[in-house]
Amino acid sequence: MQKIIANTTVEVTEQGYLEDFNQWTKEIGTEIAKEKEIEMTDEHWKVITYLQEKHKNEEALSVRGIKKSGVVNIKEFYSLFPGGPLKISTMIAGIPKPKSCI
Amino acid sequence: MKNLVILGAGTSGTMMANHLSHKLSKDDWKITIVDQYKTHYYQPGFLFLPFDIYKKKDVKKKGEKYLPKGVRYVNQKIDQIFAEENKIKLEHEYLEYDILIIATGTKIAPEEIEGMKDKEWHKSIFDFYTYEGSVALRDKLRNWQGGKLVVHITEMPIKCPVAPLEFAFLADSYFKNKGMRDKVEIEFVTPLDGAFTKPKATAALHYLLEDKHIKEITDFNIERIDNNKKIMYDYSGKEVKFDLLVTVPTNLGDEVIEKSGLGDDMNFVPTHKGTLQTKANKNIFAIGDATNLPASKAGSVAHFEAEILTENILLYINGKELKDEFDGHANCFIETGNGKALLIDFNYTQEPVEGTFPFPGVGPLSLLKESRMNHMGKMAFKWIYWNMLVKGIHIPFVSATMTKKGKKIEA
Repeated sequence: MQKIIANTTVEVTEQGYLEDFNQWTKEIGTEIAKEKEIEMTDEHWKVITYLQEKHKNEEALSVRGIKKSGVVNIKEFYSLFPGGPLKISTMIAGIPKPKSCI
Repeated sequence: MKNLVILGAGTSGTMMANHLSHKLSKDDWKITIVDQYKTHYYQPGFLFLPFDIYKKKDVKKKGEKYLPKGVRYVNQKIDQIFAEENKIKLEHEYLEYDILIIATGTKIAPEEIEGMKDKEWHKSIFDFYTYEGSVALRDKLRNWQGGKLVVHITEMPIKCPVAPLEFAFLADSYFKNKGMRDKVEIEFVTPLDGAFTKPKATAALHYLLEDKHIKEITDFNIERIDNNKKIMYDYSGKEVKFDLLVTVPTNLGDEVIEKSGLGDDMNFVPTHKGTLQTKANKNIFAIGDATNLPASKAGSVAHFEAEILTENILLYINGKELKDEFDGHANCFIETGNGKALLIDFNYTQEPVEGTFPFPGVGPLSLLKESRMNHMGKMAFKWIYWNMLVKGIHIPFVSATMTKKGKKIEA
């Protein structure tokens, strides 16, 4: 379905994830974060950039991977994106949420 | 004489040895397969052992029996791969290769979580992804008086992502049959945002959890387990108490991959997703659970990969361009208990949908829908595995790449 985020029309899933990462802009990320009551800081963006790199390389996202990346430790990751850190950070990053096969 | 070496004699390695022994000239190529263990396990059977549906002999055979004559089978621990020198160090010897196939799989790493592999390990905390764990859990369940059973996924990716759900469904049936379902609470705890994570599957299958009274706890990223209190804690401080915890620990690639500098963060081998050539070296290929492909880690995936990898090895030997063909095809039966099962057929881009399989419009198997016929398919699969799949025999009517025919796909 279509949604207007930061004055741009984008395709999103029912849960609000971008269908096409190519439509993502920093403004869109900032706007999605606001909806989740998160004010983006440099620390937030570091995580987002890391996730987007992983996505471009078609690598799976895992909490262990984030721990090993050195970008942020898990406690900080939780405080940056309270609730469901991977679920929320991937939505802001414009990439699909981590999924299983069904 | 040239050397082709396969590391790992599990599902993938054994299949490749069988495929290639038929295709490569015995005068030109010597095939060697290395595995430290002499036993070949039917891993899908680990799901059934705890519930006394399968016996030990159903899941355990001599590896030798499934390897073709003329292939050298070396039972030694693999120490390190020296990719730049085309050489492998084993426990007692060095092997040189012209072509290497990595099929070292994935294994559980319970030591990654504080308190998981501790004094309650295999007492009230169990895995069912190893033969030992599965047998220990069977013995526990035989005498368990009831309480809170927690079925748990530590983190993704894991081998056979549907197995934990199947375990929860089969547990419901098992306790019903024992006349003690009212004494058991079942909780399903996942780091993802649901037991089902894809839209079509969630819509079609969420009723299973409700009907079976399985409580879902989502977005739970485990940090540690307190063995005395029998509580799991997640990073945000959430708690899940258990009497019996059946967990799928972190899955990692083999340590030899890490030692050889060929792995990613989880020791999986970065591999080209269409050709199965590794990104590190042109003469090294990887297959099955050992790869980092965004496909399910499952025997069916390895089976489809094996057909394409065999072609690509032959193309590589002849100096031709590799086929960029593997599409992530997976085909998995999912036990739902009470003699029923689901079947899903999907790939990198196509999520599981409803339909019929393998004959479009006919079946006899139905996709994404419970049926007794699917359960019979799952039970028949054990025979197919030992007699066709590991031997590299093509399974009729099931192609290596996914077909859209017979699937209800919205435009």
